[in-house]
Order: sequence, then C-alpha cells, then structure tokens
Amino acid sequence: MTLLGRMILGTIRDLAPVVLVVLFFQVVVLQQPVARLLPLAEGTLLVVAGLILLVYGLELALFPLGETLANALAQRGSVWFLVSFAFLLGFGTTFAEPALTAVANEAANAAAQTGAIVDSPDARASYAFGLRFVVALSVGAGLTLGVMRIVLGWSLPLMVLGGYALVFLITFVAPPEVVGIAYDSGGVTTSVVTVPLVTALGIGLASSLAGRNPMSDGFGTIALVLLAPMIFVMAYGVLLAWI
Amino acid sequence: MDLIREVVASLGGTAADVLPVALFMVFFQAVVLRQKVAHLKTLLVGLAFVTIGLALLLLGVDKALFQAGRMMVEQLSPPHAHDASSHPDWWSFHLIYLFAFCIAFAAALAEPALLAIAQRVNEISGGAINTWGLRLAAALGVAMGVALGCIRIVSGVPLHWCIAGIFAIILVQTFTAPRSILPLAYDSGGVSTTVVTVPVVAALGLGLAEIMPTRNPLLDGFGLIAFACLFPVVTVLGYAQIASLLERRWLRRQANTASTDDSQED
Repeated sequence: MTLLGRMILGTIRDLAPVVLVVLFFQVVVLQQPVARLLPLAEGTLLVVAGLILLVYGLELALFPLGETLANALAQRGSVWFLVSFAFLLGFGTTFAEPALTAVANEAANAAAQTGAIVDSPDARASYAFGLRFVVALSVGAGLTLGVMRIVLGWSLPLMVLGGYALVFLITFVAPPEVVGIAYDSGGVTTSVVTVPLVTALGIGLASSLAGRNPMSDGFGTIALVLLAPMIFVMAYGVLLAWI
Repeated sequence: MDLIREVVASLGGTAADVLPVALFMVFFQAVVLRQKVAHLKTLLVGLAFVTIGLALLLLGVDKALFQAGRMMVEQLSPPHAHDASSHPDWWSFHLIYLFAFCIAFAAALAEPALLAIAQRVNEISGGAINTWGLRLAAALGVAMGVALGCIRIVSGVPLHWCIAGIFAIILVQTFTAPRSILPLAYDSGGVSTTVVTVPVVAALGLGLAEIMPTRNPLLDGFGLIAFACLFPVVTVLGYAQIASLLERRWLRRQANTASTDDSQED
C-alpha cells in the first residue's frame, strides 16, 4: 500500500509541470478563464492512472523478461540465435506497431497528393505497406547491429557518427517529400514497450558477457534503432523514384 | 458510458501492440531455448498492467495533452498568421516557441520510458549517475530541440542543414566527453520521445502547419520529432562534460589543500 501511495505521489509530481505550463499560459499569458480548460481534466486523470499502471508494469514484467532472455541467450553462446532473435524482435514488433501504420497511411496520402505515386487506393495501400515493411526491416537491422556490437565490441561512436553522415548524404539524392517522414520515422518506432525491452536486453547481454560493462556497453542499441529507419526510408524513396 | 467505450477501444489497440511482443518473447524462451518461463504469474500481471496503463495513458494524452497543444498554438499565434499574402516574420511567433519549450520540457519529465531508464542507469552506475540529473538534462534537450524545430518550421530553413548543425555539435562532444557516457547519451533521444512526448510534439507541428498557409505541411510539418530525438544527445553529453569538469576541479582542490596541509605539518 505504501508502494502504491508513493507511486501515485510520484506520478502526480511528474505530471504537475505539464499542468502548470498549460495553466500558466492560459491565465498569465493569454489571460483567459481557467474554466475553458475543464474539458481537459478527464483526460488528465486518465493520464495519471495510465502512467501509474504502466510504470509499475514495466518494472514488474518487461525489464525482468528482457534480462532473463538476454542471460539465456548469452549462456547458449550462439551468435546465430542471438542475431535471429534480435532481428525477429525488431521486425515483428515494428510491423505490428499501430503508430507506424497510422504514419505510413498518412505518408501514402501525402505522396499521392504531391504526385509521387498514382492517386488510387491500390497504389496508396501498396506504398503504405512498402513503407511499413521497410521501416520494420530497418528496425530489425538496427537491433541486430546493436546486439552484434555488444558481442563483438564494435565502436559505437564510429557506427552512430558514420550513420548520421550517411543520413546527411542520402538527403541530397532522396525525393524531398520522403525526407521529413524519413527523419521522423526513427522517433515513431521507439515505443514505450520496445525501449525498456531493448535496453534490458542490452544490459542483460553486457552483464553476462565477460569483459563487457553494462554501463558502457549495454546502451547504444536504441540509437542504432533510431538511425536505421532514416537511412532505409530515404533509400526506399530513391529506389521508388528510379523505377 | 462514452468513456467506457473509448477505454475498451483503446485497450484493443494497445493489446495489439503489447501482446505480439510478449508472445514472441515467451515463445522464444519456451520453445526455441527450451527454458521454463520463470515467475509466469508476475509476468502476466505485469503485462496486464502495461496493457491497461498504456490504453488509459494513450486515451488521456489524446484527450488532454494533444488538445491542449492544439488549443494553445492556435491562441498564441499572432493575428496576421492566417494572412497568406504576407510572409510572417519568424519572431512574431515567439510566444509559441516559449510554449513549445515549456510543454516539451514538462512532457519529457513525465515520460515513463525516460523515468524507467534513468532509475535503471542509477542502479547500474552504482549511484554515480543521478536519476534527476539525467531526466532534467534529457528533458532540457527535448525542450530546446522542439523550440528550435518550431523556429525552423516558421522560418523555413531546410531540415537537413539543421540536423547537420546539431550533428556537428555531437561530433565535437563525442571526442571531448567521457567515453563511458557516450552509449547512454546516444540512446537518450529515443528514450525521451515515446508515449507522452510524441503526441505533444505532433500537436505542436500540426497546429503550426495549420496556421501557416504559406508553408506546405507535407514538406515542412515533419521533422519536429527528429529535433526532439537528436537534441537530448547534446544536453546529456553536456551534462556529463560539466559533471566531469566539476569533479576534476574538486579533486584538484582536494589535492591542493592536502599538499598545503602537509607542508604546514612539516
């Protein structure tokens, strides 16, 4: 009961700045009545309840699940198992991600309006499907690279900096309507479920391998998962423009 | 009654989000690795909490944060913004930048993924990395990124040049920051932009694109999330640099006082 009480208090404290910012702008900057904000109260209560359950559930289920799996995989000692697991986890969870489906449909509408593809339901559906497939593929690739980096000890700064240099270079040849979507697609794919899971996997792997430190080797996979979709989506745009 | 129906609909969506992940991991452990799944009951309870919590949170974010963002952007925009003939002066939107900064900072502080990771980092580093320090640094990064992203949408500077500029800062910091913090810092962008920050940022981008008829929302409305993802890397690296600088100065002072003590004793 005390744990629950502390969590409720913690959540309210975490959310207070958001409420204060909105109140401040409504009352002090805009000098509008506070009553106009009342319709938002219901949603705010839902946010508080949701945050409490979510953070508690993450601690209870996703962190232990990710770390026991990482330990089991490390004990197996098979890089092939590890790599196929990482790829399937990245590909599967991203392809099923509702946020990505919504963004892909929006991007298809945008492409149809600018004339990049034919404006028909079929063409839009296949464009959206292709985009989802490419993003899922890239998240799988990013996760695989991240896991291989931890096992083989590759240099993360080199991978991340090289990746961003590549993003910058592809921007010049990519069709303009795909650039914005590509840049945002990385952020869209990192959800509140995958981030703790991937982090737990990295920490578990780094702590069960000899010569690896969970602090300096366990992190970094999210960065690669963020980067890969930017490169893949722009490459997809270049490829479509060529065909 | 409407609320219950909405919660149920939202639950369906999050179950579709969470269950495939959970099933895949349990399948991999039980069938491929042939291991007993430990603490199955706790795991199921935890997953139920995650699913229900996420459903309530998404619904609440949509009803409160997203709406508040749209409302505020519309009210804070200068009166001549809707006029398509005049090119808006970027400074006339300064209240929106200020609001974007404040709301993004507050949203990132409420971000559950950032909280969970910061607590984990504190445990792993043996308390060397402070939970609040990391959260504040990352939130400051999201806030600065989103404010700059809004300025970019209004002023129309090409996205890739802004990203290249931030990238150049990160490049310099990579060579000067303590090496052990680099992986965590690179990750901090993705960690701070999940379930609370992304809808707030999306509301700001949509609101801005709507009130600015001279901009093409397809080409200019995007890119805010990229800013919010990249800038925390700069601030978290900066936080680590300042912390290590202060620590070195403190150590030097300790060494100095120790040596003067020694000489007095002689």
